[in-house]
Amino acid sequence: MYNAPHPLEVRILTRRFGLPNSASIDTYLAHDGYKAIEKALAEMTPDKIIEEVKASALRGRGGAGFPAGLKWSFVPRQSPKPKYIVVNADESEPGTCKDRLLMENDPHQLIEGALIAARAVDAHAGYIYVRGEYRYLIDILDRAIGEAYQRGYLGKNILGSGFDFDLHTHSGAGAYECGEESALLESLEGKRGIPRIRPPFPAVVGAFGCPTVLNNVETFCSVPWIILNGGAAYANLGTRKNGGTRLFCLSGHINRPGVYELPMGFPLPRMIEEVGGGVWKGRKLKAVIPGGSSCPVLKAEETNLPMDFDSLQAAGSMLGSGGVVIIDEDTCMVKAALRIMRFYAHESCGWCIPCREGTMWLGKLLTRFHAGAGTMSDIDLIRELAQNMLGKTFCPLGDAAALPTISIVKKFREEFEEHLNGRKCPHEGKG
Amino acid sequence: MPELVKLTIDGKEIEVPAGTLVINAARQVGIEIPAFCYYEGLALQAACRMCLVEVEKAPKLLTACTLPVAKDMIVRTETPQVAAARKGMLEFLLANHPLDCPVCDKGGECELQDMTFRYGAGESRFSEEKQHIEEQQWSPVVFFDRPRCILCFRCVRICNEGMGVAALGVINRGARSEIAPNKGDHLECDECGMCIDICPVGALTSGIYRYKTRPWEMEYAGTICTHCADGCKTTLSVRNGRVIRGNNRDHSGINGEFLCVKGRYAFDFLEHPERLHQPLVRRGVELQHASWKEAVALVAAKFNEVRERGGAFGVIGSARTTNEENFYLQKFARSWLNTNNIDHRRSGDVVALLDALAGLPGSLATTADVYHAGAVLIVGADLAQQHPLLSFQVRANVRHHGARVYVVHPHPQREDKVAAQVVRARGLAGIGQIREKLAGEQSLVVLFGEHIQGADVRRLVEMLPATARYVALVDYANSRGALDMGLLPDLLPGYQPAPAPGLSLQEMVGASLDVLWVVGANPLQGRARASGFLVVQELFLTETARQADVVFPAAAAYEKTGSFTNVCGEVQRLKKGPAVAGPKTDLEIMGLLARQMGHELAPPLPEAVFEEIRRSVAGYNIPYATFVTGAASATQYPNGPIARQGSSELIRSARDTLFTSGTLGRYCSVLNSVRERDLVRVEE
Ligand SMILES: Cc1cc2nc3c(=O)[nH]c(=O)nc-3n(C[C@H](O)[C@H](O)[C@H](O)COP(=O)(O)O)c2cc1C
Ligand code: SF4
Ligand code: SF4
Ligand code: SF4
Ligand code: FES
Repeated sequence: MYNAPHPLEVRILTRRFGLPNSASIDTYLAHDGYKAIEKALAEMTPDKIIEEVKASALRGRGGAGFPAGLKWSFVPRQSPKPKYIVVNADESEPGTCKDRLLMENDPHQLIEGALIAARAVDAHAGYIYVRGEYRYLIDILDRAIGEAYQRGYLGKNILGSGFDFDLHTHSGAGAYECGEESALLESLEGKRGIPRIRPPFPAVVGAFGCPTVLNNVETFCSVPWIILNGGAAYANLGTRKNGGTRLFCLSGHINRPGVYELPMGFPLPRMIEEVGGGVWKGRKLKAVIPGGSSCPVLKAEETNLPMDFDSLQAAGSMLGSGGVVIIDEDTCMVKAALRIMRFYAHESCGWCIPCREGTMWLGKLLTRFHAGAGTMSDIDLIRELAQNMLGKTFCPLGDAAALPTISIVKKFREEFEEHLNGRKCPHEGKG
Repeated sequence: MPELVKLTIDGKEIEVPAGTLVINAARQVGIEIPAFCYYEGLALQAACRMCLVEVEKAPKLLTACTLPVAKDMIVRTETPQVAAARKGMLEFLLANHPLDCPVCDKGGECELQDMTFRYGAGESRFSEEKQHIEEQQWSPVVFFDRPRCILCFRCVRICNEGMGVAALGVINRGARSEIAPNKGDHLECDECGMCIDICPVGALTSGIYRYKTRPWEMEYAGTICTHCADGCKTTLSVRNGRVIRGNNRDHSGINGEFLCVKGRYAFDFLEHPERLHQPLVRRGVELQHASWKEAVALVAAKFNEVRERGGAFGVIGSARTTNEENFYLQKFARSWLNTNNIDHRRSGDVVALLDALAGLPGSLATTADVYHAGAVLIVGADLAQQHPLLSFQVRANVRHHGARVYVVHPHPQREDKVAAQVVRARGLAGIGQIREKLAGEQSLVVLFGEHIQGADVRRLVEMLPATARYVALVDYANSRGALDMGLLPDLLPGYQPAPAPGLSLQEMVGASLDVLWVVGANPLQGRARASGFLVVQELFLTETARQADVVFPAAAAYEKTGSFTNVCGEVQRLKKGPAVAGPKTDLEIMGLLARQMGHELAPPLPEAVFEEIRRSVAGYNIPYATFVTGAASATQYPNGPIARQGSSELIRSARDTLFTSGTLGRYCSVLNSVRERDLVRVEE
């Protein structure tokens, strides 16, 4: 279930959340459901669909923020091979928990989004790759897919248009790396979840060696509204080049944690203070991880930012997957770095040297350091090792491990120094 | 031809075909970009990140091993940024590495050691606890030491792509990733040791070589494998007169990096406790040790006596002795013992093929042709079992050039996996089913087994396109050479007709000849001798040797110089590996006999005999320079009808598997140890 809505939210994707039986096709149909695909099939050419999505300035919600319409336009028109739609529902980035709500509360919106994408690129089969730990969502999705088949929104000759589309769910097995698009495709094909060499990109060589549109759940979910209301309307909700709304997952030391749909470019301070009700226990803000654990942290004084891809990038961090983690003044940043590194050491797929060995090394080193057995030179070593990983790994997971580490050492060096000479962690037990 | 692309690497301008990888383009201008996971011919990995280079306008370093060249690309391979990245990678690699170089088999020829020496940091900054994992034994041949493994995945790829076996995989993830047999704790595989050979570090080691020596303590002799007919080059590593290791050290020769279990490991028969070191002479019922002098005198006297009274000789030669020895033997028999009763165990109908190819010059396929041909037809042979190198070539051809493979065989075999079409039928009838398809193959290589013989060979050639090239599959290292050298009752060297055909092998073993002389063969396996006097030259007391009157201990091919002709008719040079005390080469033994008999045959020196072969045997006038530098030279065939007077029905392959090698194989402990877990043999 999901948290209470906030009046500052702009509810586009979440507008059916909270309705009785919101996951059922009847509820969906009673609230604009499958109108977009009707419109797309009846009134729009595939090119027009792609144009509309381009105009919406919808950027990928999986983390990288790549323009969705542009990605779709890379799929070759004429292909002797079949094409596929793949929905990335592997949501595993620490701090991120929005796709799950979208699937749980409104699965038909996702199905319709995938269907429209299929129409746009002329794909006739699709897969929803669901994070292994989200097993219960597979039941919800399968039920919704069943309903859609029954009512003729999936399968052969959809709405009498002659267009066919089949959609399947596929369960992951519990690897963060399988959210990375090419590792996901390997896993989908039944192989080890190891990334692929790119180029070629999935739009050209994707699932089973065929052209594939692969997007995040939220990205697909945004599409029906765009088709119904027009790309321009969607773009206008956000800021320049950052169209629409986005589901922000507020977590950490905040009074009202939850998932909130806010326009792109929403100011971070207001998100913390007004939407989230401020830092918990009356404490002061120390830092924010603005887009999931892969992003460089922002110090409290750096947080006066509009939350869109470009502003965050300009500030040296990333909007990422929308996981906003609030860190209060009583938090040990060494421990935060350690906690983050443990995650990546556990999740590194092991394919490439710098990530495999770097995360292992840093995991061990930070553990020792946090326990008070560190030396001054270790502080530089931590940063150098992370620097040696950065930009040199096979996939971005290595960067995801290096970036927050580098930023924490750089911005909170004094906290590392406090741990030297066998001193006990000054924040231990503050909880 | 693909179009040429101009680019600059470290200031050197070069032009290479589009699609060339930067790592290979750099090699062409003498720039070696370090690499662990890149291995030419195998799938790209981009895993080790050693080959990172700077490319102008690229926002970050790029892997040269996956980067195709682009027009006007500017690449820099030795900038401070690149050097720092390499150093960083090595530091990561060495973090958990045990650094047990002083006891590691690979020490001295380890890529990680070399790389660390060139680019690495002097001391380790890793002060955490290393992850220790006990060493594992996966088979009699393969041992694995996880902490030494750098996860370059070469072993996995060579086994999967190169061998078509796929016995290795990866388990776990992150720093706990491990190479592991797909069967769990053990291998069920070819035991070829390709994974060990390709491992850049000492993670995979062989049960045969491990902990025996250091590379710099050995001497090396590049020679030719003594087992099957494919003729792989193998380098014997010799220490104190003992062969310690076999591998194709410099990857030269027709087999490149390839060797099967036999070429790589099956050399310990040399030191088998039952190896004969002294001549044996029958005294009463018993074979007893005798001096060379005594044994030679005895045999020479007998030969002279029988010769003078016009008695009957029979001579059985070998498919594992050198061309020089075979040539000398048939000359000895024909010109001095006045007999055409000479033969050897024949295993494929090469004679019928050469006859059928009369008027079709250039129609024998070379080993390289099997790799380059547009299509390969395999008829009536289990290539992976009987001809490991040709099987490897076929798979490489499919991977690299997309060759179409047709398999015609009643039983499943490994080549099925890469085949465009499989016909589960026998011989010509099977080919008939795909005749139309084959008719369209303009670059076809045909590999056929013993079942197609006699008139069927001609029919085969008539059924297929005139451009097809052929290999008549035969069993052993010099099976083909034995035929070329005239170890046949009806044909002289170079397939010239013998004036009066003699007895075949099958006839000789049943005939009451005055003398039967067996050189390197075991024809009396399971049968009693019928001849009056039996002389045997052998390594071991085989079933045949046991019945002999005189046994001469012979040197093995690895202890000789000379030449072999492989299944494709390519001549290659043998180099003497270990020195052997006691036994003599068959050529020396024959020379001793000739001298003792007072007969002036050509001097029994391999070089001299080889010269005679080059001069007198049709098709063997090969370039001497090619020969002495250890490369293979294709021989020519008569390109005219061959006047055969014998019958083809005598041809029978021993159908060895990967883990057998006729009588010799029984004395190889490695083969014995893996045989029990043999791949299910495809029996006909
Ligand atoms: C290590 C790693 C993990 C990722 N995990 C996810 C994920 O769980 N869900 C997701 O949608 N994208 C994830 N991504 C991003 C995908 O690779 C891909 O960019 C995205 O799914 C594309 O969809 P979008 O353009 O709609 O964002 C991950 C990327 C990396 C490098
Ligand atoms: S950076 Fe390398 S080891 Fe890490 S997850 Fe990606 S490919 Fe695997
Ligand atoms: S065992 Fe050797 S070849 Fe195999 S991955 Fe490890 S280092 Fe590479
Ligand atoms: S394929 Fe034949 S020649 Fe090559 S190593 Fe094996 S047995 Fe020897
Ligand atoms: S050689 Fe290029 S990444 Fe290993």
